[in-house]
Amino acid sequence: MTGAALIRLTAAELAEKIHSREVSAVEVARAHLDRIAAVDGEVHAFLHVGAEAALANAGLVDARLNAGTAPSSPLAGVPLALKDVFVTVDMPTTVGSKILSGWRPPYDATVTTRLRAAGITILGKTNMDEFAMGSSTEYSAYGPTRNPWDTRRIPGGSGGGSAAALAAFEAPLAIGTDTGGSIRQPAAMTGTVGVKPTYGGVSRYGLVACASSLDQGGPCARTVLDAALLHEVIAGYDPLDSTSIDTAVPAVVEAARLGAAGDLRGLRIGVVRELGGEGYQAGVQGSFDAALRQLEKLGAELVEVSCPHFRYGLAAYYLILPSEVSSNLARFDAMRYGLRVGKGASAEEVMAATREAGFGPEVKRRIILGTYALSSGYYDAYYGQAQKVRTLISRDFAAAFSQADVLVSPTAPTTAFPIGEKVDDPLSMYLNDLATIPTNLAGIAAMSVPSGLAAEDGLPVGLQVMAPALGEAVMYRVAAAYEAARDAEDAGPLIHRVPELEMTP
Amino acid sequence: MTSAGRVGSAPRSAPVLVDYDEVIERFDPVFGLEVHVELNTNTKMFCGCPTGFGAEPNTQVCPVCLGLPGALPVVNRVAVESAMRIGLALRCSIAPWSRFARKNYFYPDMPKNFQTSQYDEPIAVDGHLDVALDDGSTVRVAIERAHMEEDTGKSLHVGGATGRIHGAEYSLLDYNRAGVPLIEIVTKPITGAGARAPEVARAYVTGLRDLLRALDVSDVRMDQGSLRCDANVSLMPKGAVAFGTRTETKNVNSLRSVERAVRYEMTRHAGVLLAGGAIVQETRHFEEASGTTRAGRRKETAEDYRYFPEPDLVPIAPSPEWVNELRGTLPELPWERRRRVKSDWGLSDEELRDLVNAGALDLIAATVAAGAPAGEARSWWVAYLTQQANTRGVPLESLPITPVDVARVIELVTSGALNNKLARQVVDGVLAGEGTPDEVVAARGLAVVSDEGALVAAVDRALAAQPDVAAKIRGGKLQAAGAIVGAVMRATGGQADATRVRELVVGRCPPVGE
Amino acid sequence: MSPDSPPTSGAISRDEVAHLARLARLAVTEDELDVFAGQLDVILGAVARVGEVAADDIPPTSHAVPLRNVYRPDELRRGLSQEEALSGAPAAEGGRFRVPQILGEEQ
Repeated sequence: MTGAALIRLTAAELAEKIHSREVSAVEVARAHLDRIAAVDGEVHAFLHVGAEAALANAGLVDARLNAGTAPSSPLAGVPLALKDVFVTVDMPTTVGSKILSGWRPPYDATVTTRLRAAGITILGKTNMDEFAMGSSTEYSAYGPTRNPWDTRRIPGGSGGGSAAALAAFEAPLAIGTDTGGSIRQPAAMTGTVGVKPTYGGVSRYGLVACASSLDQGGPCARTVLDAALLHEVIAGYDPLDSTSIDTAVPAVVEAARLGAAGDLRGLRIGVVRELGGEGYQAGVQGSFDAALRQLEKLGAELVEVSCPHFRYGLAAYYLILPSEVSSNLARFDAMRYGLRVGKGASAEEVMAATREAGFGPEVKRRIILGTYALSSGYYDAYYGQAQKVRTLISRDFAAAFSQADVLVSPTAPTTAFPIGEKVDDPLSMYLNDLATIPTNLAGIAAMSVPSGLAAEDGLPVGLQVMAPALGEAVMYRVAAAYEAARDAEDAGPLIHRVPELEMTP
Repeated sequence: MTSAGRVGSAPRSAPVLVDYDEVIERFDPVFGLEVHVELNTNTKMFCGCPTGFGAEPNTQVCPVCLGLPGALPVVNRVAVESAMRIGLALRCSIAPWSRFARKNYFYPDMPKNFQTSQYDEPIAVDGHLDVALDDGSTVRVAIERAHMEEDTGKSLHVGGATGRIHGAEYSLLDYNRAGVPLIEIVTKPITGAGARAPEVARAYVTGLRDLLRALDVSDVRMDQGSLRCDANVSLMPKGAVAFGTRTETKNVNSLRSVERAVRYEMTRHAGVLLAGGAIVQETRHFEEASGTTRAGRRKETAEDYRYFPEPDLVPIAPSPEWVNELRGTLPELPWERRRRVKSDWGLSDEELRDLVNAGALDLIAATVAAGAPAGEARSWWVAYLTQQANTRGVPLESLPITPVDVARVIELVTSGALNNKLARQVVDGVLAGEGTPDEVVAARGLAVVSDEGALVAAVDRALAAQPDVAAKIRGGKLQAAGAIVGAVMRATGGQADATRVRELVVGRCPPVGE
Repeated sequence: MSPDSPPTSGAISRDEVAHLARLARLAVTEDELDVFAGQLDVILGAVARVGEVAADDIPPTSHAVPLRNVYRPDELRRGLSQEEALSGAPAAEGGRFRVPQILGEEQ
């Protein structure tokens, strides 16, 4: 098989070919490294490519297979792009920030460890909004990532690098983190699949924190099945994370396979009244309506549900997140690691000068906002009140899930916008996450699956499927059924309609 | 070396101190104590790093206690249990639900730039400790709370004249101590102590130290910083009810300093107040050498710690069963032991107090527990060993001999294998690091001469050398036997059993017929 | 955790932003102060709507899946070597992190 053909295969297909020794893991790794070399100058999905380590891992996988040993996981030998927010001993970890420029951590994140143990080939680290704060990847200190569907546009964020790597066929799998939509919104913008597991489902140990009570790592892929396969590799209890849930990982691969059979009879799907209509782009709404019809055709029963407190979600989120950020990012002080500027002055001056030079404007804005919200005299009115809103949103979800097995909405209110359009208007940037934030506040599971292209601009739209805590199986089932039906109607996966990228010779 | 700032740059005149009697005549002191205790757990509060004192710098660290990006805390179960046991021993209520919070402030010895500490939801509240004063009376000190937190790293200041923070060119940081579990125990304001306030302060810290030692939750070494005390002091005019402005004195590193620091602050406050001045609410540092306090650096703006619940940890909600199980593990507490020992050993109040003050009570009790009779155990610790401790200038408990060793020596004497003189030599050997009592006996060849034949020969030689004394004994003057016993003891290098020698002497000199 | 005080309309002064930046150890420039004060004013105006919810009797939620009593045994776990610990240090000396002179005092 040619490299050009290999890179268009799904992870499941690649695994099958590697494990049956039809192709070697090294060939697969090389094909993707070649693709990165050819297109990443344009896309800028990667901050670091670890070609040598990737080929070494692939070589080990091949050696094991050649020796007759069973693959260490169903994804052994399949390449993956890792968001630069997970620490890795063999690659720098920058979190998209100058303050960690070149930092090489002395330890691996639990997710990194699990990927390595599964024999997955980590190609490199992907671009992101600095400290995962942003919805466009424009706030990366290392320059924006471009959307493979239209390189003048943003790929979403903060995990724009991971999503763009998938859409540009630089990797069949990626890892993201989702604090308020950073996996799902880029998935919607790039026509890929992104899953935010239940909070506590995937270990946060070694995930450089944005907002501790909201952050959750998850799988990104081009198909629902691939996401499920990756989900089972990275999920599960970790004694190093006190908020990790000590129960069995939901059987999401089985659920995805079941869903692909295309029967959703007996399932009730709730349409959240508050997530749609005003503020949502016409083409997004149109795509969503078509998806609802598709789900009905699959036998699901649609019910309208109301979640009245979602309207306070954005406000609560932008109090809780900056508060936690202001504390989590205090450790970047030039004393023990990372950037240090201002030679010769006092420790206090060096700290302030380094933080000023090392953090970008969005990070500083949120640190100041969070410092304000936690200040003596404001705590109850802001942070305390926001935590109560969280309770109300959780209750809204509980009520909705008493009427429906899963909930659906558009993933994002708009399709990908042009680079530079919202970068100086924080509030309009924040509105991107309107539909994704409530699930982070409630800690439940949610994912985005492509629902076609918006009529007016031909850009991808995402369907968000939300499930109760630890309800990933039914969520994957619905997403897989919808994906299969949509692909069948559209004569192929949406991702195959991504335009050819300009290649660097 | 920990950092300790110097007086700010503005020149300050020496404080006017007021005679202590006058202070008491004019004012009522109010004070409170915050004691930090480092737990003796194997590992730190939130990670599996060791907690031992004195390791090479930055060799007891990991991503968690170094505050590396991505690292997460997990609570040490034994630290929580120690906190609850301390709370129970202080007769506190154990909170059915408590949490950690983040105390946010920047300081280079704190790797995350926030301290993970309990704030408004501590694990133990509302207790008390009855403390014994020198005159045998008891004062009840009310405990506000006991909560868990983590220690900071240590900084070493390089350059400048003093090795102190002020004038240093740069600092070196060691995070081995960062994350060691701390319990902070806070008293309620203590009022009504009057002139005895400094003494009550010392007695409280002493009582707390003894309690923590009995619980075996900490090394409680003030000299190594495993027990640290901050003293809050204020004065109010005699008869007033509203507390005056308080100062918080840190760096109080010995029991004696607790008393001195409280007393000094009382006289300093009185000086300021009587001169018509006002006390500034501030942190002060105790100077061991001069027995005085000095102001810390004045802060530009009031600290705002921006506390919020630690999102990386989950609540601590001990079940009643767990709490009861821990209650069952409480050892005999110091005051209970004192009461028991007093009646078991038939001590007077005064005798008991002397033992307590000498720090000998626990050691004697442990010696008794190791099988020695109480009288002998007491006599060894309060006489010979106290002498040795004084000579060496160390507290009794720091002598390199254990209660088990002492019990063994007593056993050897009782069995006749050693006499008192030899026993002291054995103890000297143990103190000199020569090993256990049995090892010292063997190595120094200190066994009492018990070869009957050799003893009889020595006795006969001594009688022959002093025929006049022998005649006196034969004549019924048995007290004269002492001279012969002495000669035999000299001849055997002190290794004979004097009692047996006396018997032999008398036996070899049968009375002349009547 | 601190006395209740209703949020203002979201108005935040330039001086207040400067104070917050000091608390957060950010040596912001004069220009940034102007920009941030304006932007934060808009953001605060938007987030202040959490105050519209009557939530006096509503308990706060900190974690979606309520966990409690998560502990680890008091057992040693291999940490970092001194070399690993210092590997990212901007400066080190004698096994310790070297930092510029510290002006403030320990708390």
